[in-house]
Amino acid sequence: MNKTIKGKAFVVGNDIDTDQIIPAEHLVYSLDDPKERRFYGRYSLSGVPEKESGLPKGGIPFTEPDKFESDYKIIIAGKNFGCGSSREHAPFSLQMAGVEAVVATGYARIFYRNAVDGGFIIPYESHDDLLDHISTGDEVEIDGELNIIKNITTGKTFPLNKLGDVIDIVEAGGIFKYAAKHGML
Amino acid sequence: MSMTLTEKILAKASGRTRVDAGETVWVNVDILMTHDVCGPPTIGIFKREFGEDARVWDKDKVVIIPDHYIFTNDKYANRNVDILRAFAAEQDLPHYYDVGTERYKGVCHVAMPEEGFTRPGDVLFGTDSHTCTAGAFGQFATGIGNTDAGFILGTGKLWVKVPETMKFIFEGEIPPYIMAKDLILQIIGDIGVDGATYRAMEFAGDGVMNMDMEGRMTLTNMVIEGGGKNGVIEPDDVTFDYVRKRTDYDFTPLYNDPNPKYHSVRRYKSSELEPMVAKPHSPDNKATVTEVKGTQLTRAYIGSCTGGKITDFEAAAKIIKGHQVGVETYVVPATTLVREQLKTTYHDGETLWNIFEEAGAHMGEASCAACLGGPSDTFGRLQSEEICISTTNRNFPGRMGSKKAQVYLASPYTVAASAITGKITDPREYLPVEAVHSGTQTSR
Ligand code: SF4
Repeated sequence: MNKTIKGKAFVVGNDIDTDQIIPAEHLVYSLDDPKERRFYGRYSLSGVPEKESGLPKGGIPFTEPDKFESDYKIIIAGKNFGCGSSREHAPFSLQMAGVEAVVATGYARIFYRNAVDGGFIIPYESHDDLLDHISTGDEVEIDGELNIIKNITTGKTFPLNKLGDVIDIVEAGGIFKYAAKHGML
Repeated sequence: MSMTLTEKILAKASGRTRVDAGETVWVNVDILMTHDVCGPPTIGIFKREFGEDARVWDKDKVVIIPDHYIFTNDKYANRNVDILRAFAAEQDLPHYYDVGTERYKGVCHVAMPEEGFTRPGDVLFGTDSHTCTAGAFGQFATGIGNTDAGFILGTGKLWVKVPETMKFIFEGEIPPYIMAKDLILQIIGDIGVDGATYRAMEFAGDGVMNMDMEGRMTLTNMVIEGGGKNGVIEPDDVTFDYVRKRTDYDFTPLYNDPNPKYHSVRRYKSSELEPMVAKPHSPDNKATVTEVKGTQLTRAYIGSCTGGKITDFEAAAKIIKGHQVGVETYVVPATTLVREQLKTTYHDGETLWNIFEEAGAHMGEASCAACLGGPSDTFGRLQSEEICISTTNRNFPGRMGSKKAQVYLASPYTVAASAITGKITDPREYLPVEAVHSGTQTSR
């Protein structure tokens, strides 16, 4: 993976479930229609309780109410990110909001699978709990070759786990592209 | 080396003699299930990738059950069902259960067994996280997203990482005031909401094997609340009886080899179990009913794939009969069949339907309803600061509607007893003395 991702970080806590990533009432919009699908970006992470939205301070909306895209490109989270339902709308909503990668200490497996197979965002795992080291709004950079994340604002660097088994699918850009590449379709 | 039941199913489905936990294998899919929320985007992906004129890989293996947003005026939600209908017609799918027709079922995870799609030894994927419910039948069943489902629609295959298995054994007879929901809330409280991530959860022991299929389904339904990939119970005569009554399909049951390698084994003494709740806002936020007894409520809800089966209502009716509910109480049968059964199942000479109606409960149509909040006109939805006790499976912030609401999860017994008093109440206060001391649990 030789990709570098650079942007502002948005920090949330543990066990962010799919209802917090995209509340069920918004699942009705078309994912194909270019106008309608923008609402997934608008409501992405809108289910996170206010005081836990944008840590450590909280009270920070991920997407400004009148916008369809977020200013933040990288999500920093604790354990079990994406638990709950199987809705692929969750990683999709993050992608629509402009997110390119999530860095969490762990994922719920369906979310992880959806993120990879759909090619929506890259789900990185970090061994360290980054909640103590990165604040919402910090400028961060992920180096996909060295498997590190750097907090440019503070100058500190942290290791990321290798992507492992799924790296081929991530590099291909999703399960369909992977399968095509390997003559499976 | 010996294999676990889950490994054996995945070995069979991938055409191999053995697989090991941790390996990635491609499996042939026996059934793909989808519903009104994830079906339309799945269909969109299928058409995008395989072409407008593409045909599904095997129409007998595709099951489409609209259930989530049914009785609503939300135009987008209704459009989703239109998309399913058009696709089923275009592909000539035999297993589509349309809204507004006699075929309409309701909640997919209860409808799947009713229609004979949960078969020992098979592989089932569904675009819903509670697809794991079907593991109660000795099937490998797990939830997936739309992209994976679109891939299966075109190819009939999917990659799976073979999970390790965590085994949970309940030794001895389950006390009559304890229900399957108490067992699984106890387990999730013990291991946490990510305690089984990437793993299979197997339930065993005489406490489990003496349960009917519906009790077993309550266990496997909630493995996803522990982060599990699939739940599984070895099939037995109870399983075969249930399945054979509903399908002629020729299944091949599989079992654990002797002494397979488990990730871990946990043992519980059934007699020591207590009625449990999960407090707001997480299914692993466990407490015994004794610890939270007296907590004020504003609502009670009995329904969903995990708590809206006929045996759940039989249990609740046993407690509610002859009482008035003290808070707004919503009764939502999972499927149209369960709704029928409410009118034909008697407790003490009265139908369950009458018992709930006379107690003052609101009676709903078969669907997911407020289990997942849904559009604002959804039956039973929590609109603001309600404090609800519910037989459903999730209580994350906003799950049943408003983020301001608080949800306690509990067994049908506990929810029924609490509905009467308007406070969290121990079901032992309402169960007949003989049921508390000896007697048998509602079972069939
Ligand atoms: S009843 Fe609830 S948990 Fe079950 S499928 Fe419907 S929304 Fe999901």
